[in-house]
Amino acid sequence: MSLELSLSIPIERYGNALVDTLQMVGISGALALVAGIPLAVLLIVTAPGGFLASPRVHRVLGSIINGFRATPFIVLLVALIPLTRLVAGTTIGVWAAIVPLAISATPFFARIVEVSLREVDPGLIEAAQALGCKKWDIVRHVYLPEALPGIVGGFTITLVALISSSAMAGAVGAGGLGDLAIRYGYQRFDTQVMVIVIAVLILLVSVVQRIGDGYVRWLRER
Amino acid sequence: MELSITARQSLTAPSRPEAEHDAAAQASAPGGPWPGSRPKGRVALRQVGKTYLSSAGPVQALQDIELEIAPGSIFGIIGRSGAGKSSLLRTINRLETPTSGRIEVDGVDIATLDDAQLVQLRRRIGMIFQHFNLLSAKTVFDNIALPLRVAGVPRQQVEGRVRELLALVGLEDKADTYPRRLSGGQKQRVGIARALASGPEILLCDEATSALDPETTHAILQLLRDINRKLGITVILITHEMSVIREIADQVLVLEQGRIAELGPVWQVFGNPAHPATQALLAPLQQGLPPELLDQLQTVPPSGLHERILQLQYRGGDGLEPDLLRVAQALGGKTRLLQASVERIQGHTHGQLYIALADVTGSPDWQALTQGPTAIAHHIKELGYVTRT
Repeated sequence: MSLELSLSIPIERYGNALVDTLQMVGISGALALVAGIPLAVLLIVTAPGGFLASPRVHRVLGSIINGFRATPFIVLLVALIPLTRLVAGTTIGVWAAIVPLAISATPFFARIVEVSLREVDPGLIEAAQALGCKKWDIVRHVYLPEALPGIVGGFTITLVALISSSAMAGAVGAGGLGDLAIRYGYQRFDTQVMVIVIAVLILLVSVVQRIGDGYVRWLRER
Repeated sequence: MELSITARQSLTAPSRPEAEHDAAAQASAPGGPWPGSRPKGRVALRQVGKTYLSSAGPVQALQDIELEIAPGSIFGIIGRSGAGKSSLLRTINRLETPTSGRIEVDGVDIATLDDAQLVQLRRRIGMIFQHFNLLSAKTVFDNIALPLRVAGVPRQQVEGRVRELLALVGLEDKADTYPRRLSGGQKQRVGIARALASGPEILLCDEATSALDPETTHAILQLLRDINRKLGITVILITHEMSVIREIADQVLVLEQGRIAELGPVWQVFGNPAHPATQALLAPLQQGLPPELLDQLQTVPPSGLHERILQLQYRGGDGLEPDLLRVAQALGGKTRLLQASVERIQGHTHGQLYIALADVTGSPDWQALTQGPTAIAHHIKELGYVTRT
């Protein structure tokens, strides 16, 4: 008995869905990484006692982040449609999902990075200042490298959250594993698709988490 | 551990970056606000005061601090915790800003420096810390290289200079190790190497040995003294341990509740502590009469055989030393040395002898034995009598 015979839908569907998911998660994750870290640095240095302390900037930034964090992703997905059209040039498909995914993941990731940065020993900042480091030197040589294990751990959590959010991207016709499970597994009562998709998602999350944890362990133990 | 200072020439004439990479530093003349000859590392504090605003109201951390630190000297600041030592030290490289008064480094009021000049000032003032404050994500090499890299020193020069510094602190084989794999003493050596990287004239030590065991403390203090002697760097250290001051400092400032309690050469302050704070800090170093003798002590001579207990004090100065033969002759009886603690600090002897004196009756004029060329001690005190057994 061959494998194709036992599958209710062609295996290519799974393959395409996996590629869609990886594409959405990978690209929006990369965008969140690039945008989230500077945002977190800005939050830290403008916080009271930071070296660019500015309560107003800090408060405005914090409010914007909280606003995006408070909005459920499915709502964000729809609410951001005009922006998505502007940026991606389309409101359907993978690229249409990447814009809201990145926008929802960035504040989430920024908050995690902020916590890691805040936990950097103030003695190290003081030492760097005493050694003649300028502000940017402190960010580059002290804040970011010292917080790296926390940042990597936070990025792992963000990627897993993105895998979960991307299931909702089917709402804008972006496809992906979650969409497959909903359309076949839920709407057509195809339990096999549901089980396979869940298994693939579990595997995907496990791999991401394991790589992240391994990297963090390596960073901490060197 | 025996430490040798190699490559002294290159350390005394450090490879200070010729070309600063940021425009701000380029705008100011080479050497920044310090024109003319090479700066020496003279620090002066003029009526420095610092007030913190806490929830309980203003707190006076420092008040009327007036002092001058000679170039090339080792200056110790001691005080109990909360005395303001840390704040005082941090005003020198402007990690803290005083609320009143001025701080001058080689004649320049550091409050007038702009950001770029402040960075330059800090490159001339190294600093080491109680908890070392090494960057855990960088190797020993990269920790030491950091001050050079941020100053824009070319790569090849960084390599050579870091190797020199590693040799100076005796850690040549640890270049690629991460700090968490080092012992406390090794971490502090890295801290010292990092602080010396940009060739400073002043080294600030913030409780640099407080987290170390006695043996390591001694080794680190030796290293600091070596650096001070051979490189001529002014060392300013704060500590709560008198033994640290005694071991390496030339001058000592005793700080008590943010004010100067005492200031002077170590031998003078140790020999004749005038302020209660100094006396309290010195107490652990001084041995009094053993408890079992104290218990037997009587104020009037007991009938029968007895001895007088005398305390002979030496406070340094006048070249006065405990000359045992002269002491025995001058006291004129049978003298027995019960206990003594005598130290030489900077060539001055101080401490005390406890002597049991028998076969002397009446009340001899002890004060006469403390004056003139025939003096046997700076001060003689009759503590009482004990019965002879």
